[in-house]
Amino acid sequence: MTLHEPIAIGRLASPRPRLAEILLWLTPAVAYFLFPDNLALGVSIMTYAVAVLALDLALGYAGIVSLGHAAFFGIGAYTAGLLTIHGWREPLTGLLIAGAVSLCAGFLGSLLVVRGKDLTRLMVTLGLGLVVFELANRMSGITGGVDGLSGIDVAPLFGVFEFDLYGRTAWWYSYAVLFGVFVFLRVVLASPFGLSLRGIREGGKRMPALGASVESRLRVAFTLSAGLAGISGGLLAQTTQFVGVDSLSVPLAAEFLVMLVLGGTGRLYGALAGTALFLIARERLADLNPVYWEFWMGVLLMAVVLFLRGGLVGALARLWARLRPASEGGAR
Amino acid sequence: MTSVIGVLFDGLAYGSLLFLVAVGLSITMGLMNFINLAHGAFAMIGGYFSVWLTQKTGLPFLATLPFAFFGAGLAGLAAERLLFQRLYKASHLDQVLFTVGFVFSSIAAAHYFFGAGQQFVSTPGFLQGQLRVAGVDLGKYRLFLIAVVILLTIALHLMFAKTRFGAQVRASVDNQDAAAGLGVNVGLVFSLCFALGSGLAGLGGALGVEVLGLDPTFPLKYMVYFLLVVVVGGAGSLRGPLIAALILGVFDVAGKYFIPQAGAFIIYVLMIALLLAFPSGLGGRRA
Repeated sequence: MTLHEPIAIGRLASPRPRLAEILLWLTPAVAYFLFPDNLALGVSIMTYAVAVLALDLALGYAGIVSLGHAAFFGIGAYTAGLLTIHGWREPLTGLLIAGAVSLCAGFLGSLLVVRGKDLTRLMVTLGLGLVVFELANRMSGITGGVDGLSGIDVAPLFGVFEFDLYGRTAWWYSYAVLFGVFVFLRVVLASPFGLSLRGIREGGKRMPALGASVESRLRVAFTLSAGLAGISGGLLAQTTQFVGVDSLSVPLAAEFLVMLVLGGTGRLYGALAGTALFLIARERLADLNPVYWEFWMGVLLMAVVLFLRGGLVGALARLWARLRPASEGGAR
Repeated sequence: MTSVIGVLFDGLAYGSLLFLVAVGLSITMGLMNFINLAHGAFAMIGGYFSVWLTQKTGLPFLATLPFAFFGAGLAGLAAERLLFQRLYKASHLDQVLFTVGFVFSSIAAAHYFFGAGQQFVSTPGFLQGQLRVAGVDLGKYRLFLIAVVILLTIALHLMFAKTRFGAQVRASVDNQDAAAGLGVNVGLVFSLCFALGSGLAGLGGALGVEVLGLDPTFPLKYMVYFLLVVVVGGAGSLRGPLIAALILGVFDVAGKYFIPQAGAFIIYVLMIALLLAFPSGLGGRRA
């Protein structure tokens, strides 16, 4: 059973930016000046977007359904938080170390995850997530347990820009990290490695005939994805200056999935759009009643699966494809 | 020594309850290859139905059990006909996402109607307290649980082995297309199995209020356990899940009793180990 509808190669092959993309990347900057009171929301969107992009690499491109990505996110968050608390207060290297630690954890995880089929993989990632959560919960001497880690005091960025109360530095910092991760993924996915991932997703049995080792490529993809999720977690720790056990929990992993599916899997912009939409909707609806929000999130998820194949960006792409021939004078 | 026997006994009672809830999931997953993460929601429905009936109508707890069975069964039938059957041909990812969405919504709905707190039922007097057998104190309610599950398992086995419906189910699990070609209405068989499985889950949820507890997060909290029973036991059979549920129950209770600081850790590690050691389950026909 295939996981995804096939995607035309032409749309994905070029890593070069188009005009529309440049405009799209300018919108956050416009939002920064238009909504100066909502910077915190912007920071959290851009932070989580990194994790959802990471999940897209594992799920949308490599086809590994993971319910354990919050584990790697949380490992990154705790790493960044603990580094700062124990004196390593420089943010950029802290973030890189957070990513590296998650990368190692992801490599260990990938040895277990890649072996099985869909359901086994799902269960193993779920199990990993639960094990890591339990560990963090038990080792409260290090992780702060239920109370979480607080008192994370990050040094100024480049020694100049303080992480201020309004979140201005945090905003530009997460914007830059998100952009960096996006470009990185874009290059990776356009490389022969990225193309082989798509080949495995569409027809795993044929790839060995082309000389591609399926398991090792999936391991690399999962490991990379875990590392990027760790960077996202580190970003969260540095910008909010707090890490709770929630950041390792399975419901958070499920939320990552929801964000990705809402926007559309197998498209990097789907991950971005889904995260933004999800977090803005939650901001608006959870104010009314948190329980209420959970109900609608469930309904939304079911509706997307039933009616909105390919998520929001997928639906827009289909709409665009339908409109375009019409605007060219009904070429069909 | 007595504590070992006591733990073993509690584990068996716990495991038989897990089996009761998960057996329906095993059948439906084996039949349609449908990954249903929302199975626990039907157990929760049964539990709340039973609690609600005892509180509103004053029925004794045991008398509400048939209602829990039929209520959850009907809910399962409705959900299958209206929602889940649209997804049998969908990808596993879609099935996972859809049923996770169902879990979220059902948690919120339960929270809305019954509040966030734990629910309690009062078991009848003759099921309270301990029974002393050969120097070991055994909880009467747990003995009752084990007895109920043994009876139900025998009934299920007979149904699958001896009746026409059972033969249709077995044929459909083995080879759906061939069964359909021989005139078995696979869709109907599946709907009935789903309803039966949901009903049994509901019964398990009601019986388990004493043992597993009942609050709105129930479907999420026990999701792993139910899935584990099926994945380790192998979908589409009775024996595999039964063995898996008993192993799981004993290990979980023993872990919490002897190494309380490890918490749920043992069960998760056991799960990963079992999954990697038996990728196609302990005794299933199809994984």
